[in-house]
Order: sequence, then C-alpha cells, then structure tokens
Amino acid sequence: MKKLLSILAFMFLALSVYSPVSAIEPDEILSDPALETRAREVSKQLRCVVCQNQSIDDSNADLARDMRLLVRDRILAGDTNQGVLDYMVSSYGDYVLLKPPFKTSTALLWLGPFIIFVLGFIAVGFYFRKRPVEKTISTINHTPLDDDERAKIERALSSTNENEGNTK
Amino acid sequence: MIIEAGHFALILALMVAVFQAAVPMVGAYKNDSVWMNFAVPSAIIQVVLVSVSFGALTYSYVVSDFSVLNVVSNSHSDKPMLYKVSGVWGNHEGSMLLWVYILAIYGAGVAMFGRNLPPTLKARVISMQALVSLGFYLFILITSNPFERIFPPPADGRGLNPLLQDPGLAFHPPFLYLGYVGFSIAFSFAIAALIEGRVDAAWARWVRPWTLAAWAFLTVGIGLGSWWAYYELGWGGWWFWDPVENASFMPWLIGTALLHSSIVVEKRNTLKAWTIFLAIVAFSFSLLGTFIVRSGVLTSVHSFAADPERGVFILVLLLVVVGGSFTLFALRGPELKAGGLFQPVSREGSLLLNNLLMTVAAAVVLLGTLYPLFIDAISGEKISVGPPFFNASFVPLMIPVIIVMAIGPLLAWKRGNLTEALRRLVFAGAVTVATFVAVMALSDDGSLLAAFGIALAAWLIIGTLSEIVTRSKMFRVPMMVSLRRLAGLPRSQWGMSIAHAGLGLAIIGMVGSTVWKQEKITVMNPGDSVQVAGYDYTFIGARQFPGPNYTATRGKFTVAKDGKFVTELYPEDRVYPVRSMPTTEAAIYTMASADLYVALGNKEESGSGYVVRIYHNPLVVWIWIGLLSLVAGSVVSLSDRRHRVGAPEKSSKVAAAPQAAE
Repeated sequence: MKKLLSILAFMFLALSVYSPVSAIEPDEILSDPALETRAREVSKQLRCVVCQNQSIDDSNADLARDMRLLVRDRILAGDTNQGVLDYMVSSYGDYVLLKPPFKTSTALLWLGPFIIFVLGFIAVGFYFRKRPVEKTISTINHTPLDDDERAKIERALSSTNENEGNTK
Repeated sequence: MIIEAGHFALILALMVAVFQAAVPMVGAYKNDSVWMNFAVPSAIIQVVLVSVSFGALTYSYVVSDFSVLNVVSNSHSDKPMLYKVSGVWGNHEGSMLLWVYILAIYGAGVAMFGRNLPPTLKARVISMQALVSLGFYLFILITSNPFERIFPPPADGRGLNPLLQDPGLAFHPPFLYLGYVGFSIAFSFAIAALIEGRVDAAWARWVRPWTLAAWAFLTVGIGLGSWWAYYELGWGGWWFWDPVENASFMPWLIGTALLHSSIVVEKRNTLKAWTIFLAIVAFSFSLLGTFIVRSGVLTSVHSFAADPERGVFILVLLLVVVGGSFTLFALRGPELKAGGLFQPVSREGSLLLNNLLMTVAAAVVLLGTLYPLFIDAISGEKISVGPPFFNASFVPLMIPVIIVMAIGPLLAWKRGNLTEALRRLVFAGAVTVATFVAVMALSDDGSLLAAFGIALAAWLIIGTLSEIVTRSKMFRVPMMVSLRRLAGLPRSQWGMSIAHAGLGLAIIGMVGSTVWKQEKITVMNPGDSVQVAGYDYTFIGARQFPGPNYTATRGKFTVAKDGKFVTELYPEDRVYPVRSMPTTEAAIYTMASADLYVALGNKEESGSGYVVRIYHNPLVVWIWIGLLSLVAGSVVSLSDRRHRVGAPEKSSKVAAAPQAAE
C-alpha cells in the first residue's frame, strides 16, 4: 500500500500524497486538555519519518501513531515541550524536526532568506545610484528652451486661451 | 488503430516542430518573409496534430480500451465518465501529453491572434514555442509513451487513485498546466526580444495579457488543489508547504512579479532587462516544478533512482532551457537601452519593491524546498524543512508587500508624493488601528497574531477602496459626477482593485482559519451530542450505501446552535474496492463566519461508535472568495480594451490618418 502511494506520488502534478482522514485517534487523546494542547503543538513540529513531509499530527502511518503516543508519554512523564523534542531528536536525529535546528550545515538555510533580501536591496540601491534620478530629472528640467520652442509654446498657449474664451 | 494514429500524429507533430523551430528563426535572421510566413501554418498544423494525439488517448480512456497500457494502469470500466476523462491526465504520460497540447494551443494562439505583431518578432516567438515543444515531444516519445500497447489485454483496468476521483482534482491539472505553460509565451517573447535586441511598450502590451491569463489560470489551479485538500483530506488544512505545492507556488510568485514589472515596461518603458529576466525565471520555475514532480526527486530519492531516465531527461531539458536562455540574457541583456527614469518613491518604485519582495519570497521557497536535497548531496545528512521554516521566512516578507500594496497605486509615476498618498490613507489607517483593537478585545487566544493579520487585511481592503474613492473624487464632487468618473475608470484599474481587495479577503480567511480553528476528535455512538465552538452536533446514525464504483458509509448529523436547528450534515467514508483504498468526503456547512466541518472515520472495532472529527474552521470561505476575486480581477483587466492585443495600434492608425490629411 505504501509503495503504491509512493509510486502515485510522482504520477500526479502538485498532488501530494496525503492519506485521508487519519491522524490522531480518539483513544490517543490525553484527558488533561492543557497537556493535550501541548502534545498537539509538539506533534506539529515532528516529522513522521516514514512519510513525505507530513507531521506526525497529520499522518495516519502506524509509526506516526507510535510517535504520537511517545510524545504523550514524555509529556505525562513531565518533560517540557523542548524536552520532548530533544528526546525525539536523540532517537530519530535532526531529520525528525520539521523546523531544522540552526547549526553549521543549516546556517545557509536560516541565513539565506536574510542574505537574499539584503542582496536584493543592495542591487536595487545600485540601480538607483547608477542612474542618479534626481539629478538627471532636474538637469532635464533646467535645460533652457530655445527660441523656437518658446515660440511654439506661446502659440499653443494663446490658441487654448482663445478657445476657452470662445466657449465662454 | 486509433491509438496508433494518435502515436503517429505525435511523431508528425515532432517533425513539424523541428521545421517550425528552424525555418521562421532563419527567416527572421535573413528577413525573408516567405521563410517567416512558415511560422503561422506550422503552428496551426502542430496544434491539429497534437489534438489528434490527445483525442486518441482520450478516446481510448472513454471506451476503456484495455489493450493500451496507460488505460489499464489508470482506468477501470466502472468509473464515472468524468473520471475516465480526467484519468487521461491523472498519470505521468497523459499529463505530459496534456502539457504539450497546451503548449501547442498557446503557440497557435500567438499565430492566430498575432496579426499585427512585427513579423520578425512573431516568427521568432513561434519558433521558440516550437523549440520548447520539441524537448517535450522527445521526452514523451522516448521516455513516457502513453500509446504503448499491452498484450494480452487484461479484462479490466487497475483503476484511478480514488483520491483523484474528485471534481476539484479532475480540473486541477489542466488549470495548473494552463498556468505553467502560459508562462512559455512570456518566455518565448523574452527570448525573441533578446535576439531582436529590442523591448518596447508594444512588446509589453503583448506580454502583459498573456502573462495575466497564465497567472489567472495558475491561481485557479493552485486554488482548486488547495480547496481539494481542504475538503478531501478530512481535517481542514488548505496549505502544507509540501514540495509539490511549492513547485506550483514559485512560478506563481514570479508570475506575480512579472505581471507588475511588465506594467512598468508598458507605461514607462523601463525595467526592461529585469522584466525579460523575470519572464525567463517564471518559465524556468514552471519547468523546475515539472522536474520536481515528474522526477519524484523530492518526495523520495529512491523513486528518482527507480526511473532515472525520466528524471535525467527533464533535468537536462531544464539545464538546456535555463542555461541557454540565461547565457543569451547575459550576452544581450546589457544591450537593452534603459528607458524612463524614476525616483525610489514613485509608482515604478513601489512596483519595483513588489518585484523585489516577490522574487526574494520565491527564492526563499526555493531554498527551503531544495535545501534537504542539497545537504543530502554534499554531506549525506538528512534534514527536514517543513511548515515552521516557511512560515517564519515567507510570512514576514509578505507584510511589507501588503503595506505597500495600499500605498503604491496612490503614488504618481516617476516621482510620487508619499505624504500626499498617506494623507489619503488616513481613513484606512484609522480602520486598521480600530480593527486591531477590536480583534484584540474580542478574541482571547493567540489574538496578537490574529489581530495583526486581520488589521493588515483591513489596511489593504480599505486602502484599495480609498484609491477608488480618490479617483472618483467621491465626497468632493456631486455623487453623480463621481459615479460617472467611476464608470469611466479603465477596466485594468478595476481589475487591480478587485484583485488587491480580494487578496485582503483571502488573508482574513487564512488568518482566521489558522488562529481560531477548533476541533473535537471523539468516538460517537448514534444519539450522542458534542459541542464545538457553540454548535451542538448530534450523531443520528450511519448506514452503508453503494456508489458507482465505491461503497460508502454515510453518517447523518444534525447541527444546532442554542437549541435552534442549523443544518444537517452527511459526511461519507468511501472505500474503492478496485484499489481497496478509503477516502473521506467531509460534510461542510459554509457560513460567512465559519465552516462547520464533519468527517466520519472508522467504525470502532468493538461497539457501535464511529470516530468522528468535527472542525470549526472560521472564515475559511473568505479564502476561496479572495482567490476568486484574484481571478475575477484578472478577467476584468483582460477585458480592458488596451489589453486586447493590437487594439491600440489600430485605433491610433485611424486617429493618425485624418491628421496626416490635414
């Protein structure tokens, strides 16, 4: 079944393989709503390690269920949210975290957006520097008209004035 | 016989494409009109041939011809007709055939509607379209032939994945492809312009409507996919930052940038090299999206290795197209003469900021999508990049976009007056603050994020309305005058306002459904009631009933609020025996304030209870209304006379004639 699903995965554009209804079953839910909320929060940050980009909160794989139960066990045992995450990393590695931790190998990932953003701004800055807009526009504006142009403008202005006078 | 005719037609289309790519290109180079005139008929012959080919495959699906391997693998005789037809593109080979079919349709579109294009530009554009199709024809014929026969033919097919047997998903791929492939037109125009060494307003007037149409199709495609995920997956999520979703989202982001930068080229004859660059990037992302999904490289490295031929072929195709076009861009781009000047604070400036942020956003999505692959390749380390990363990096980039979206349209071209623009947005600002305070006061939980998001949406919506008010001089001149001014506003203006306000509505839905979602997952026996977000859901019972090619367990629920009847809901749990796979059909009652969402799960192994998932999804309907507004805005804008290609030239010629006679 899983194999069939993974084959279908790339058979269809922009269709990801999600299993329908799924995920968390009523018998998993903790009786204390506060703890259950925490369990859900933690579950959303953990990847179902046999699935394709699904959190254990969304997946109906058997392993996801085991992982959800494990998360709840740890919470009942008194772990903090971070404690549970650390515990899961210790057994599954960083792969289990949907939000990869910041370290050397992920530095480019986390700093990347910032670097791209700054580079973009610098590029735009250069664009405006290379073409000193203010100066050019004002130079254009201050180029004096020659006599020919001045005569043309006067003619044009006087004719519009006449027209306005006529309509009144 | 028919299937062989389809196969043969595709091979003929390949032959035609060879000539269509070569002859007009040489003709344009030699400025030989006979050679250039080869473009139009060959583009039309090509679309006829691919129609025959696509028609043949569709026919074999419709009549369930199980001597065709593709039909056997993806169809079944008892499937409803809609899904027999959608099965054509519900698989790798067929969807690639759909891809080239749409490519051929677009090429023929340029051939037929491009009468008043400069002949060399037209010849080159049509030639480029053929060059792109050439790669895909080879891909299909060599690695993914949908016309393969099977002997002996089995008695019946293996059926289509039940998840795909859904109206939303039946139309999802064609729209997505109309979008993806639509960017090929902008791409071909960009390459043709680089070869010609000339980009001008006329060029942009051509590229804009095609890009807008492609963008609108892509929006529909992504929207359908998201909508399907919402009701079919049974828990009310609508976006997952999944690699295949990202694959369609990146071209959308770049397409949005391209849409806006081509306005600057048209109106102000500047940002030309940048617009060409975006056109190339948009189509490259479309190809990358195809590569990502077709090769399976991101969903599983293993599946890539299982069928390396296809993955490698598309990768090579991608490298040739991207490498070739960027080399051309590097060589010829600098020769494009810079046009009108502008200040940072101006309409152009705000559109440039949009471009910058959209491009950065697309780059960030690309980074997050490919990073696990990249790390795996260099160090063998396995990491996951999921929604938390994308939310943290993408959402902050959109905040300035939304803020500027309300201001930009109020700035003048060339040199804008920010103070003046902000003065006109005082009312919008006041509403924004009031919204923030109101949301903070009315909601208890996670309210800061919600208040900020909804206030931002209010800023965008009211800001967009303020712009219309400003243009119509409403409240400053008599009502009739301002109404007349409103009616006189260009359709492209209305299109922009509808689309921008629509995005505001969508944001309200996205924020609301994320922050205020409530759920209850429990076992219910007939007669049980549970309360979710103030609504009482009573489970009446469930019974089996047969569908056309599945059996369903249909539950019946009544929903009441404060003792008053609201609605009845009938969620289904279907099992498709051909694939022995279950699907859920959630029952959804949509209101402006929230969707009431019930999904029926498995029956308890011991006892008469069913697992029931009830979700209260606030404001979700506004996401769909917002997306529809984006599309409606595009349609309104496309109906603008100035976008009807060639119209401006014609009318100006007519206008010019009497003057010359004077």
